[in-house]
Amino acid sequence: MTSQILKGMKKDIILAGVGGQGILSIATVIGEAALQEGLYLKQAEVHGMSQRGGDVQSNLRLSSEPIMSDLIAKGGADLIISLEPMEALRYVEYLKPDGWIVTSCVPFLNIPNYPELEEVLARIKAHKNHVLLDVEVLAKEAGAPAQAANMVLLGAAIPMLGIDHDKMTAGVARVFARKGEAIVNTNLAAVEAGYNYAISVR
Amino acid sequence: MKHLLLGDEAIAQGAIDAGLSGVYAYPGTPSTEITEYIQMAEAKQPRGIHCRWAANEKTAMEAALGMSYMGKRALVCMKHVGMNVCADAFMNAAITGVNGGLIVLAADDPSMHSSQNEQDSRFYAKFAMIPCLEPSNQQEAYDMMAYGYELSERLKTPILMRVTTRMAHSRAVVETVDTPRAQNNMSMPEDEKHFILLPAYAKKNYAELVDLQPAFTAESNTAGHNTYLKGTKPEKAILTTGIAYNYLMENKGLEVRGERLEYEGASILKITQYPLPTDLIQQMVADGLKELLVIEEGQPVVEEMICGMVPSSVVVKGRLTGDLPRMGELTPDSVRAALGLKALPTNEKEAVVVGRPPALCQGCGHRDMYAALNEVAREYAAPRIFGDIGCYTLGALSPFHAIHACVEMGASVTMAKGAADAGQHPAIAVIGDSTFTHSGMTGLLDCVNANANVVVLISDNLTTGMTGGQDSAGTGRLEQICTGLGVAPDHVRVVVPLPKNMEEIKAVLREEIDYPGTSVVIARRECIQTLKRHLKAAKRS
Repeated sequence: MTSQILKGMKKDIILAGVGGQGILSIATVIGEAALQEGLYLKQAEVHGMSQRGGDVQSNLRLSSEPIMSDLIAKGGADLIISLEPMEALRYVEYLKPDGWIVTSCVPFLNIPNYPELEEVLARIKAHKNHVLLDVEVLAKEAGAPAQAANMVLLGAAIPMLGIDHDKMTAGVARVFARKGEAIVNTNLAAVEAGYNYAISVR
Repeated sequence: MKHLLLGDEAIAQGAIDAGLSGVYAYPGTPSTEITEYIQMAEAKQPRGIHCRWAANEKTAMEAALGMSYMGKRALVCMKHVGMNVCADAFMNAAITGVNGGLIVLAADDPSMHSSQNEQDSRFYAKFAMIPCLEPSNQQEAYDMMAYGYELSERLKTPILMRVTTRMAHSRAVVETVDTPRAQNNMSMPEDEKHFILLPAYAKKNYAELVDLQPAFTAESNTAGHNTYLKGTKPEKAILTTGIAYNYLMENKGLEVRGERLEYEGASILKITQYPLPTDLIQQMVADGLKELLVIEEGQPVVEEMICGMVPSSVVVKGRLTGDLPRMGELTPDSVRAALGLKALPTNEKEAVVVGRPPALCQGCGHRDMYAALNEVAREYAAPRIFGDIGCYTLGALSPFHAIHACVEMGASVTMAKGAADAGQHPAIAVIGDSTFTHSGMTGLLDCVNANANVVVLISDNLTTGMTGGQDSAGTGRLEQICTGLGVAPDHVRVVVPLPKNMEEIKAVLREEIDYPGTSVVIARRECIQTLKRHLKAAKRS
């Protein structure tokens, strides 16, 4: 069932967001595609108290070689994928100096002392390798519901994932298959919208 | 077959495939997913595995011991602090021994991601003098379930398996067997007196347990779960326990900028089974050991023990010596530093980022309960409100700042009683429905017997909310339970925590605070997370 192994492939990814936003469904799709590619995978998740609207992250590690640690070292991540702009910045210590930040620019305002959004976005832009996008607007434009915003974000991260675009979309189709063709298609449209946006600004 | 499984799910699948007949557990992060997985597997393909949630960890442990008594394989799961709740049953199960295999699974939470302390359950295995398994990855966790049950039945002892958050809640591919082992048939223990812990019998049992210790150690030496790899420079060695091994291997060979690993060529002793393997340790010493770095997840359990097992000239480093942090879970970074490697180049922390603590959900009934309670409490000079363990513990944070204590399951009720005994008024306990049936009921009986001047406010969301919405043991029966324990029926009041009922709730609270005796106010409204799920399910059907 596995296709040809991607030799020398290694991607350490931090998925970030706020509890309840749905970062794990992004991880599920990447995981599905990675396993189909015959890659090793480890994915550390956050369960429990933080899920109640606190900051949450997941360490997703993919490699063509066996993976030891469940956690990514500081300075080890190739990519931060975040559903919230300030949450993307929370983990920059874990990012390689030339690593990518792919994040939604829409703030999740559930704390009284959220910093000035302009400043948050400026700090993201200060990182050379970034894709900043409004996942909600892009989802809407693609004719997808707001719940598919995380698939827009996933689409925007595809160019940095080291897994082919077509392999990723096949993963999306498999993950959503049991929900019916209509749901598969709206999610695929969301992925394409994010992907095209990332390609256009990269 | 290959599956992508959480560590917890690997343990659950391992138990099913080893012929499990019953899992007994109370939800607790990071152990909850084990029982949930077995419940889902049972719903999909029934095997007759008992998998209903237990009222607390003690009832779970006792039911599992009963299952084992009848010759069948049982699993008890809990978070680390659950071990304290079931300690009486656990310690004495080591004295009775087992008939069917019995594995006690304790999921520790170093760094206290979702807990009030970071106690290390390996102490309990040593305390009870039973073998302990500490798998280093998801595959080992799966494999060790079959081994653990076999060992449990062969040596007639319960086995403690200890995991930590990062293994419990991390996914990896696990290879499983195609066909589960059949469950054991029912059988009586060979020696029924073994389960009657009268002093005369218990002394005999305890002597047997003491006599079994060399067999436990022999198993640690030879079963193959502990491995010793002599290095090219064996005067230095690294001992790892459980998942610490992964952080070591992650960093070996990852030297950057031409750095040399301080422990290059060191021997490696990988521990995943206790008691400690004395033969392997002696071999490590005989190979010329001068310096030993102990890397373990949790408290410095092995670091302390090993000092009595190696010559005093050997330098032992670890958490006690500051080579690794004294507290908290290990990270690839802390292990890197202990190995003498510099940190990787990275980005500076962003000063603009502020904390985002967890909070009660918008629309949650606990919010309305606290809003009313805070307003009423302000009418008194010095109210004391004793909280408990659950989502509503978040009432301690902004914007409510409503509770003055939160210690352990059930403590709200009895601490309020103690405070009332000392002369405090008003003394109010805030406890969730599931925590109340876990450990609050006996405390309420104490209150009733003394007619203590307390108000026990049960915030009833009809579920075990914090761990994700598991069944709550007393749902639909809380009034009966309270009146059954002897609370005057007039003083068991029920309110619906909604903003529109604010005045009514406040009036009820005032009345019960002013009543000089034990009263219960039940604030009942379904958890909005489970409500959403129920509405979604109803829409589908």
